[in-house]
Amino acid sequence: MRGRICGTGSYLPEKYYDNNDIAKIVETSDAWIRERTGIVRRHIASGDETTVSMAVEAGRRALENGHVLPKDVDMILVSTITPNAVIPGVAFQVQAALGAAQAVCFDLSAACSGFVFAYQTAQAYIAAGLYQTILLIGSETLSVINNWEDRSSCILFGDGAGAAVVRAEEGALYPSLAGSDGTMGHVLACESRVQNGWQKKETERKTYIDMDGTAVFKFAVRKMPEMAKALMAQMQCTEADIDWFITHQANERIIEAIARRLKSDITKFPMNIAECGNTSSASIPILLDEMNRSGRLKDGQKIIMAGFGAGLSWGAVYMEWQAYKN
Amino acid sequence: MLEKVIAIVAEGLGVEAGNLKAETTFESLGADSLDLMDMVMNFEDEFGVEIDADSMGTLKTIGDVVDYLTAHQN
Repeated sequence: MRGRICGTGSYLPEKYYDNNDIAKIVETSDAWIRERTGIVRRHIASGDETTVSMAVEAGRRALENGHVLPKDVDMILVSTITPNAVIPGVAFQVQAALGAAQAVCFDLSAACSGFVFAYQTAQAYIAAGLYQTILLIGSETLSVINNWEDRSSCILFGDGAGAAVVRAEEGALYPSLAGSDGTMGHVLACESRVQNGWQKKETERKTYIDMDGTAVFKFAVRKMPEMAKALMAQMQCTEADIDWFITHQANERIIEAIARRLKSDITKFPMNIAECGNTSSASIPILLDEMNRSGRLKDGQKIIMAGFGAGLSWGAVYMEWQAYKN
Repeated sequence: MLEKVIAIVAEGLGVEAGNLKAETTFESLGADSLDLMDMVMNFEDEFGVEIDADSMGTLKTIGDVVDYLTAHQN
């Protein structure tokens, strides 16, 4: 048995900051941000919007898209590094809002690789015969942990949620891989407020995203092609056979460097970073949803989905797109 | 080694290798810090020499890169 994505959904807050808005907060410019990152706008949760509310909406849309009733969902897995409550976890609150009474729920923390890790987890559960209908969600409110005094990082991050429903079907698992390196964790860190004395000035700064851009750039640009090559070797295929490389939307320049290293055309690397910025574990499912709903994903297409980021963490899966057969 | 470095720079920045010399500055080629990071990684992969962020800042011309790599290769 393996899991097949049968529906996708996403949600972006209506409010956004464009680069000129950011330039009013820190010293930067629209031209600089576009050239260095490819980002034009990033959406920002406001009012009642939270990681939970966005996850609920994305999840609802994915279930509708996949023609799956909430009562038939037996697992909800939410990938997030910005839960708006410590307990109950985001997945539990999504369950309550959607009425998925049969679902086993929990959150997963693996930053920008989180959705891929969640997807691999779902595959394992389905292959083991433990669950059959899994709702996967990546939802983040990075604006709340953005360091608005650091112009090198605050330009990058945005809010949003993406979701996919995965259902069991006959067939062997497609290849996937994942990895972690906690010794490099310090290059992309954000302390939580769940610790003694976080309000003290020196600790407080660290409860915002703190990134060593050079280290993260080098890691991402080397790791993703490595993963893609490993998966293609397992499938005994080459770059020419792959239709789409759906990668975490960290930075347009990173994606371009990855495409160059794979000697692949940039058109195989769909991007929505101009509109969304880096939404951590929401980025892949948001992009997947856009591609699904715009009809760009055709039956039989070969896709490599890859995430990489804080942890350090990395993960990639190979899949062949196919409409789910009931 | 100069030819190899020129080839890497040419490919990375999408410029003609024939126009590049040891005295050519990266600034004159319109390379920003991310282009340099990408190129440095290619130098590291090709020559097996690690170039840290501080050293990267001192490499202004193609000749600087050749000198650094020559000095740090085994």
